[in-house]
Amino acid sequence: MANSKTDPSSSASPRLDKSTVAKVAELSRLKLSDAELESIAQQLSMVLANFEQLAQVNTQGVEPMVTPTDLTLRLREDRVERREPAEAFLENAPDRSGNLFKVPPVVG
Amino acid sequence: MMDLTFATCSEVGRAVRDRKVSAVEVTRHFLKRIGELDPKIGAFTTVNSRAEAQAADVDARLARGEAVGPLAGVPIAIKDLLCTKGLRTTASSKILANFIPPYSATVVRRLEEAGAICIGKTSLDEFGMGSSNENSAFGSVKNPWNPEYVPGGSSGGSAASVAARMALASIGTDTGGSIRQPSSFCGLFGIKPTYGRVSRYGIIAFASSLDQAGPMALSTEDAALILEVISGRCERDSTSADVSVPQFSQQISDQVKGLRIGLPKQYFAEKMDADVERVTRESIEALKKRGAILVDVELPLVKYAVPVYYLVATSEASSNLARYDGMRFGHRSKNATKGDLDDLYSSSRGEGFGPEVKRRIMLGTYALSSGYYDAYYQKASQVRRLIRDEFTRAFTQCDVILSPVCTSPAFKIGERINDPLAMYLNDIFTTSTNLAGLPGMSVPAGFSKEGLPIGVQLMAPHFEESRLFNVSSVLEKDLGAAKSRRPHVI
Amino acid sequence: MSSETRFGAYEPVIGIEIHVQLQTRSKMFCTDSTAFASGDNECVCEVCTGMPGALPTVNRTAIEYAVKTGLALGCSIREKSVFSRKQYFYPDLPKGYQISQFDLPLCENGRVEFVYNGSKKSIEIIRAHVEEDAGKSTHQGDCSLINLNRASVPLLEIVSGPDLRGPEEAAEYARTVHKMVQYLEVCDGNLEEGSFRCDCNVSVRKRGETKLNTRVEIKNINSFRFVEKAIEYEILRQIDAMESGEKIRQETRLYDPDKNRTFAMRSKEEAHDYRYFPDPDLLPLVLTKAEIESMRAKLPEMPLARAARFQSEYKLPEYDSQVLTAEKDLADYFEKVVSASGNAKAASNWVMTELLRELNDSKKTVSQSPIPAERLGQMIALIDKGTISGKIAKTVFAEMWTSGKAPEVIVQEKGLVQITDTSAIEKSIDEVLAANPKELADYRGGKEKLFGFFVGQVMKATKGQASPDMVNQMLKAKLKG
Repeated sequence: MANSKTDPSSSASPRLDKSTVAKVAELSRLKLSDAELESIAQQLSMVLANFEQLAQVNTQGVEPMVTPTDLTLRLREDRVERREPAEAFLENAPDRSGNLFKVPPVVG
Repeated sequence: MMDLTFATCSEVGRAVRDRKVSAVEVTRHFLKRIGELDPKIGAFTTVNSRAEAQAADVDARLARGEAVGPLAGVPIAIKDLLCTKGLRTTASSKILANFIPPYSATVVRRLEEAGAICIGKTSLDEFGMGSSNENSAFGSVKNPWNPEYVPGGSSGGSAASVAARMALASIGTDTGGSIRQPSSFCGLFGIKPTYGRVSRYGIIAFASSLDQAGPMALSTEDAALILEVISGRCERDSTSADVSVPQFSQQISDQVKGLRIGLPKQYFAEKMDADVERVTRESIEALKKRGAILVDVELPLVKYAVPVYYLVATSEASSNLARYDGMRFGHRSKNATKGDLDDLYSSSRGEGFGPEVKRRIMLGTYALSSGYYDAYYQKASQVRRLIRDEFTRAFTQCDVILSPVCTSPAFKIGERINDPLAMYLNDIFTTSTNLAGLPGMSVPAGFSKEGLPIGVQLMAPHFEESRLFNVSSVLEKDLGAAKSRRPHVI
Repeated sequence: MSSETRFGAYEPVIGIEIHVQLQTRSKMFCTDSTAFASGDNECVCEVCTGMPGALPTVNRTAIEYAVKTGLALGCSIREKSVFSRKQYFYPDLPKGYQISQFDLPLCENGRVEFVYNGSKKSIEIIRAHVEEDAGKSTHQGDCSLINLNRASVPLLEIVSGPDLRGPEEAAEYARTVHKMVQYLEVCDGNLEEGSFRCDCNVSVRKRGETKLNTRVEIKNINSFRFVEKAIEYEILRQIDAMESGEKIRQETRLYDPDKNRTFAMRSKEEAHDYRYFPDPDLLPLVLTKAEIESMRAKLPEMPLARAARFQSEYKLPEYDSQVLTAEKDLADYFEKVVSASGNAKAASNWVMTELLRELNDSKKTVSQSPIPAERLGQMIALIDKGTISGKIAKTVFAEMWTSGKAPEVIVQEKGLVQITDTSAIEKSIDEVLAANPKELADYRGGKEKLFGFFVGQVMKATKGQASPDMVNQMLKAKLKG
């Protein structure tokens, strides 16, 4: 399980340091300048400090709510429907080779 | 000849169908207004160059005696977050600056089927993230009531386009108040429908469990008419509800006698602008005079709505915006190290997204990341359920809840741009509606000392939009706020 | 040599994740066709290319196939399961996340049994969940080319417990699951085209220990032979490393069949953080108990049960039962032969020897057999009725294989009906005896070995059509004089 149980409110301060912000930026694939890292670290620290108040709410045994309806999934019948030719989904491509999307070499 | 500028959607739709005016004439009239006014307002990102041709098609169908829907020839501005086939769709972002969708959103298709003309695409806070329309790659939008002020956001271009009568109505989207707050700032009737009422298919996702599209219009009737056209189950959106759609526009009743209006104590305890407080009280009085019953209701957890909202919305957004990677469409950086895939990802996204979008992707990624998921995303989703349960309980005591839309009227451009937290906290009255999936509406109710419009918010249980239209119609008649003054630019 | 002794003091611990492509007509989350032999990116739409605003919908048949498989694997089916997003950036993953299942999978806690090396193995199935496939990237020097035809094709990922103890056993487990999904008709089983892929998790520990050591994942193996060889190589590599005091690194490796070795995939140092969370575009998948039970009622008989029934019902040896149930098509074919002939023993002999040999030689599958099961059954019935002899039947079988004609037609056309007419046989015997007076005298003088010679001559004279039993009997009587 990737999502382990850590409660940041138990640590002294929710302040995000620049290196954490840099890691999150890498995970998000966002190239940020030093100044951006700095300001985001500061702004998000403020925001998270404010959000610490959530810890006051007792949520023991409460099932998380993902969607605000009680509806359940409707399934689609297994039928093929063609809508547009391949070209329609390639014409916005920044680079292509024939009908394939062209990208830098994939590692691995 | 009718005065098209000040007509309503239903009037124009009727006139076009009765062939008293042609769809082409109507379209030309509004294209001309856009040409004249929009350079001062900046509401549109793209004007539809095929609008006249589409109008001609509507006229041709009418000439052949074919049935055309209730919005025949009605010019509607579409928030640039809804995909329009063959017409550039940008989300007001550099990353999609040249994106031409190969398909149309279900909402757009339904409007076109009802005869409406998509006159153009309107500016927004990039990807719907913001409350002032200052976060747009195409520049900020001015409030037609006073160009020094913001039109609100994120559907700011939509609100400004209708307030300046460059379109007769607009489609906005609302994730945490993005229809209601700009409607309040620009004096419009704007409704965020029940979650699942309107298909999200083809609407560029900000936060999937919160987003809903809805009309921003010049009258209760217009809002109801457009909602009934765009509502209903869509087989391409798994979250769209299979619930029958009432003929909202024909069922509007002025009867509020005995209707229980809930007034949430916690909302009124918030610090708010004196004009907002006054206008809200006037609205309550107006309803009381008509025989509505006022009930105090408790919503103690709504004070947590803003953190819950921002954690849920940014978590979903960080994931929904992963597809903007410069591989298949959208901005691809020219500054990345050649042959370095990861650098190309990061550079394209770093260059393509604006500061607020980056901030939110960062917050969301963090909230979902290993070690923080339980305390942030999961905790927020749990409190979200408690908030919804609280509304469910409140609605056993009342039929409609009334509150301010916002703590203040429109603020000045640039005033809050550097304080994201203050901007977020301003969403206190609107976000809980999205969290609980409830329908919410902003109704013009009065003006500030500076002459800026102020709306009042109405909320109802799931799928009870009809109640909102009834109350809105009473306020529209009795307060007369929508008709009493006209914006500065017109 | 068994893995017990081959790895000396070490015990391999193996678990397998199998990706089964469910053979639906349309994709998992959109309505494009899954039959994409056609051109590049010909089976794509706004959903599987991850266009802005596009949303997923769930294929009912894919869910049914997954439930059927889960039930056959002995899993409990969740009445409420949830789709989650597994997030990472990769050019063949259009949305930047894969829709999969995480903490609430459709199927859990199952068990697969099979016979290996004479003993019954029971392997735990931890979970089986539904997800979408990624696209395909082709590497071309300075760039990669992306084809999304495969993107969003439905997969069922079946995760076993770390219960397997050797390469052969692991391969046998994979074969067992492969056989099951084909029996269920939820997967075409085509290994070359990637319809059935194995990721093998391998670790090694000292015999007697119970802890699990660091494991290595060997990804994307699409042949059972390679499953066996890759695991074998990896076990020996890990034992070597442990012997020389090296630490085993938790990593993903690939198997190179040409060099018969595994090698580590190049990867960035950054640890994966998939940030799974429930997909808000899809509501929870809810199945009622009644729906699950109605799917259970529709399950076909599975290979192990069918083999057991073949043993008891048709009195077949264990080995024959296993061969005949290896593929559902073959078992179905066999049972049709039995019902047309009424002779299970003969049916099993003809299918296992003549039919399988011909199929093998011509590289055909059972379903492509030019001899329909009913006709093979009719042919066996002709033998049992005495219309043709077993020897003639081989001629008839060969003729059926090439011409596809019915056995009766062949027997009629070629005049292959067995001669059972006493006078006709007697006439032939008399002729043969008259033509060979020397041999007759020798026989009667005590050279009884010549009996075979006379049988052969009579059969030759009757073009092999005389009933061998009758020839034997009547010849014996005549020779006595």
